[in-house]
Formats: sequence, structure tokens, C-alpha cells
Amino acid sequence: MNKERPTKDAIVARHPRSPEALLSLLHDLQTANAGNHLTADDLALAAAHVGVPLSAVRDAATFYSMFSLAPRGQHIIRLCASPNCHLAGAWSVLDELRRLLGVEVGETTADGLFTLELTSCLGACGVAPVMMIDDEVMGNLTPERVRGALARYRRGR
Amino acid sequence: MRRIQVLLCSGTACQSSGSERVKRALLDALATHDLLPEVQLVDTGCMGPCELGPVLLVYPEGTFYVKVQPDDAVEIVTEHFLKGRPVRRLLWAEGAPQPHEIPFFARQRKLVLRNCGTIDPERIEEYIAVGGYEALGRAVTGMAPTEVVAAISQSGLRGRGGAGFPTGTKWELVRVAAGAPKYVICNADEGDPGAFMDRAILEGDPHSVLEGMAIAGYAVGASQGYLYIRAEYPLAIQRLEVALAQARKVGVLGPRIFDTEFSFDIELRMGAGAFVCGEETALIASIEGRRGEPRPRPPYPATSGLWGKPTLINNVETYANVRHILLDGPAAFASIGTERSKGTKVFALAGKVRNTGLVEVPMGITLRELVFDIGGGVPAGREFKAVQIGGPSGGCLPSSLLDVPVDYDSLSQHGAIMGSGGVIILDDATCMVNMARFFLEFTADESCGKCVPCRVGTQMMRAILDRIIAGAGKEEDLQRLREIGEMMKSASLCGLGQTAPNPVLSTLRHFPAEYEAHIRDRSCPAGVCPNLVRYRIDPDTCRACDACRRACPTGAAQGTAGTPPYRIVDELCIRCGACFDACPFGAVRKEPR
Repeated sequence: MNKERPTKDAIVARHPRSPEALLSLLHDLQTANAGNHLTADDLALAAAHVGVPLSAVRDAATFYSMFSLAPRGQHIIRLCASPNCHLAGAWSVLDELRRLLGVEVGETTADGLFTLELTSCLGACGVAPVMMIDDEVMGNLTPERVRGALARYRRGR
Repeated sequence: MRRIQVLLCSGTACQSSGSERVKRALLDALATHDLLPEVQLVDTGCMGPCELGPVLLVYPEGTFYVKVQPDDAVEIVTEHFLKGRPVRRLLWAEGAPQPHEIPFFARQRKLVLRNCGTIDPERIEEYIAVGGYEALGRAVTGMAPTEVVAAISQSGLRGRGGAGFPTGTKWELVRVAAGAPKYVICNADEGDPGAFMDRAILEGDPHSVLEGMAIAGYAVGASQGYLYIRAEYPLAIQRLEVALAQARKVGVLGPRIFDTEFSFDIELRMGAGAFVCGEETALIASIEGRRGEPRPRPPYPATSGLWGKPTLINNVETYANVRHILLDGPAAFASIGTERSKGTKVFALAGKVRNTGLVEVPMGITLRELVFDIGGGVPAGREFKAVQIGGPSGGCLPSSLLDVPVDYDSLSQHGAIMGSGGVIILDDATCMVNMARFFLEFTADESCGKCVPCRVGTQMMRAILDRIIAGAGKEEDLQRLREIGEMMKSASLCGLGQTAPNPVLSTLRHFPAEYEAHIRDRSCPAGVCPNLVRYRIDPDTCRACDACRRACPTGAAQGTAGTPPYRIVDELCIRCGACFDACPFGAVRKEPR
């Protein structure tokens, strides 16, 4: 906590004191937490900085699917669940992910490394099925490629 | 000038196929053969045929290589670059090494995508070298704002985000609107499943969008622009940040552009995962830092938008068209396309089609040309069934409508929409009821919940479709689906709810027999819906390995190991599909009941 404080202040200071900075600020605060989530302190900090009521910050933070108020894993796996990926076999990829990770969609692995989520279209339909691990897009997924990708992240990328 | 230029696609799709590793391997091989001074590698945006990635284009002769792997790098360097012999096994098709010889490229007409795949998107010099920011210069130094708006109006350009509203009219509304300051917004919240043209434009030619926004700012009298982009597009965000910094540095954004009184700058705003933010009033709420919920219109953003001020919102592809209209003249632009749909449209081909990827075609070409001539048709062994166009707001058109011209009005007349340009090709293994349900599930999830017709309507329609798919459909369900759909179209607050029933209504209209089979015969003709199929073991393929019997939880799969064939007793089968998954020989078949 003591270590975290100055970092958060530095993050906040990068954003203008205006409501329009709210979403960017929440993104940055969320990324700074090991749990890839927003804490109650973060919401209060954001509210004070951009000058809106805490309820409005909570309102926004719970509306957008990329924000989480519960701790998540170090890496977020987002499998595209849109029709093109569906047609291309995303469900066998999902089965493999569930099997390898031992979690269901929305859950985090026991070691805190991965959270499994579904997402709407990632816009890489030419190489469906597609998933993202954090900011990396991976296409033409097969169960083997999923195994390789997870192994790579387990080794620390 | 170096002897050889290698354009390496570094769009998202090719990156996910390993283009970075190919690049490193090429650089290594070039270094080994001391060719680095002679060969230039250029990272470009998307070239189009995404499923063939990583792709690269070698100049001066224009050899197009597909599915290049790092291991191929040495051969390309030693055979092609040293000895001048193209590596034939990496060509798209034997004997057709150059893009213009390949039907996929030959039938296209590139305007918006012209620079995608030919310039380095991270170097503004390359954009300027191909005429970039010349249109902005001409506008601010030689044209009155009214003349710019008139040119856009004369061109016949209509919004490429889906609704097709005349762009010039929108600009004029904002130009004459009372209030200051005014804002220009670019909607890059590309959320339609199956649409990825905006992403490709932003990754491959970001300056064309920034230039279009700046011209719009000059025309309507705004000095501040916002580009609202999905957080799911990290590469596009990164390229935009680079482009913005470079544009400010050379002075095409910022104060006193081209030494005139006109100042204009653009800020990026990131979404956070909400499909409804593609709707303009929801998007504005999101930029203001609030929940992305739409509000009733009027007032339209043109009079009361961001912070209640007059605001112009267009989408990425619309802005990318603007510079061409000013450079080539509105008449040249209007000469492309049909009577009421001018210019080109970028489509994202995906699904069961040979050539997936991005294509740009003149408005008015037929679906048949798009799907078969450019897309290469459905892969061997299956048959074309329908084309889904316009994503979750669009509809499915059957093969009897393949000769319909692709323009705003013809498509909506048949129950589909141009939408953002996502085109999904479906083959005969697709169940249309299941497909419609899939899109409805998407819109039900993405409904923001503010208005009742959308929030409750999507849930009711989904419940009915679930029932039909489960084999418990009732005869009156079809009429009920139509009624709810029509109610949602007329009563929903925003475009999401108004168009959400389209996938259901269009499949009801063009594929009624399929719904009837599900309800009356309790059968899924495509053999997809689990409760409405029958599992059968093909006696000729069965090897009596016993895998199905062991997998079956109810004893429906029966037989003796080593003595083919096995069989499935339909009365005992609960249609769980375990035998289908377990069979190593593909002997278990799913059939309509």
C-alpha cells in the first residue's frame, strides 16, 4: 500500500481534472493494480480528481465490460465469441482453455496468473478464431496453438 | 533508392500469424548475405487477404507472397533477392505472382484502402509523398468552408457507419448550427461482429482519417476533434498516437495550420467495452465520462452534441473518403457507384468463403461478384446458403438474391442493411434459426437496458428462439416473433434496438421453411440444433474401436469391440454429442431427424 500510493498519484496527475478524463483514468488505474481491477480507493481517487460524485464513477465503472471491481489474474484472456469465430470453431478453443486453466468463463486460475473472459468481436475475423491475451492478438487458434500460447505466458512471455 | 523494396503487412491479422518473426528472419537472412544496404523492409497496413497471412509484396516487380513462415526467409533472400527467381511455392497461385493478376485484387477498386499495404503508417513522410494533407492544404488556403461542404454534398458521399445519412447534409447542419465551440468526432468504436475495415484503415493509413477530420473541422467551424476508439484495438491506438504526434510536429494539426487562421487538434478517447457506444449519443456520453447510454433524438448532435454543443460525428471510413473528394473533385467521386450510393465501400469478408479479408469495391456490384468473383466462393465440399450482411443489425440474404446490387437502398429493400460492411458467408451446414439466435443473444447482452422495447424485446425473442431450437416451438411463435420484431423496430430508443430484430425478421422472410421444420417436424435441416438431430454411425467408416460406447452416458451407443458396425439406439440417445466427439474416425454422423 505504501509503495502503491505515489504511483497512483503519478497516474492521476497525468490526467486533466475534467469528467472527460474519467474512462482513461480508470483504464490506467486498473492496469496499475496487480489484480487488473479497480479498488474502492481507485474509484474515490478518480471521483475526487475529475470532480464527479463517487456514484457517477461507480456507475461508469460497472457499465463497461472491461472494468472489473473484483480482482482478476495477471493476464486477461479474452476469447472472441462473435459469429465468425463461432463458425470457425471458437467453442473447441474455449473447451481447451477451460480444460487447461481449470476455470470457467469469468474465473481466475488458482495461481492468479490468468482470468478467462469472452469478448465481442476483436476485428480480426480473417484469422478466426481469435483471442487476446492482454494486448496480444492471436488468430487461427487451434487447441495446440492455445497450449503453446499459455505455455509461453506461463514462462513469462 | 534501394534495389528491392519488401512491403510486409503488419496489420493485426498478419501479426497474429507471425509477421514479426518473419521480419526478424528476413533481416537475419539479409544481414547474412550483406543485402541490408540493397533491400528495404517496410511495415505496412493490411493488404486484404487476411487468412493467407503473413503476406508480403516485393517490388520493383510486384511479387506477392502468401503464408510466409520464418523458415522461408533464407530461400526468399537467396533465390529471389540474389538470383532473381521468385519462390514459386509461396505465390498465391502458380503463375499469378502479381496482385493485378489475382481475381481477389483485380476486381477491387481501392480508394479508401489505397495506401493500406503500400505505405509505412508510422511515417508521415510516406503519407505526404503520396499526396497526404494536400487536400487539407487546398481546403484551408483556397476554399471557403461553404465550398468544402458543397463539394462533399455534390460527391453524394453517405455515412459509412451503417445508416447512410448524406454526409454533406450533416456537415451543413453543423456548419449553420448556433453555438460555440463546435466539435468534430470520429466514431472508431467499430463493434459490429465481422467488421474490421475501420481497424485496418486506422492501422494502415491513420493520417487519412486525421486529415478528413481536420477538413471537417475547417468546414463546420470546429477547432477540437475527438477520435473515440475501442480499447480492443491496441495496435490501432498505438499507430494513431504516433500519427498524431507526427502531424502536430509537421504542423498539419495544431495552431495556425498552413499559416492560416485555422487551428485544429485531435484527442484520442478510449472506450472500455460497450457495443452500444457505437451509437452516436451513447458515444458522446462516453466521451463525457458517463455510462454509454443513448438518449432520445432530437435534438441531434448536430445542434446539441458533446457538452451540449454542435457536434459533427462521422465514422472512420467516411472521413477517409474526404480527401479523395477534394483531390479528385466531387464529380469524379460521384462517377463511381450507383444513382443514390456513390463511391466505394470496404467490406470484410469472413465465414465460409475461400478468400477472407478486406476488399474495397465500387457501390452497386452484385453480391455474386463480391462472394464468388472476389471471395472465391464457398470452399469445396459445401454449398453456398446465405450471406449475412450488416452484422447484428443486418440480415441474411439467400442465393436467389445474389444478383442484388450492393448499395444502401437495394439491401434495405430486401431486409438487410449495408451496415458497417461486415459480410459473413454461410454454407449449407449453417442453421439459420441458430444463426439468428446467435445474433440476438449478442444484442440482448449488449442492450444497455435503458428502453423497454429493446431490453425486454430482445429477451422475449431470444426465449422464443431458444424454445424453437430446443424442439418445443409452437406454431404461433413465428407470428409472435414478427410482432415483437416490428414493435422493437418502431419503438426502440436507438439504432441498436431498432435493428436488433433484423437477423430474425430477415431469416423468417427468406428461410421460413427452416423455422417450420424446427417447429412442425422437430427437425433441424442443417443438422445443427442438438435436440433436433439424430446421431447415426456410418457402417462403412466404423472400425468398432468401442470409443463411442465408452463415451455414451446412456448406453445408446452399442456394439462389440472388433466387430463393426456399432449403432446408436435413437430412443436411448440424449443427443449430448459425446460419441460424435469421441469417434477418432468420423464415423458418427449428425443428421436431421
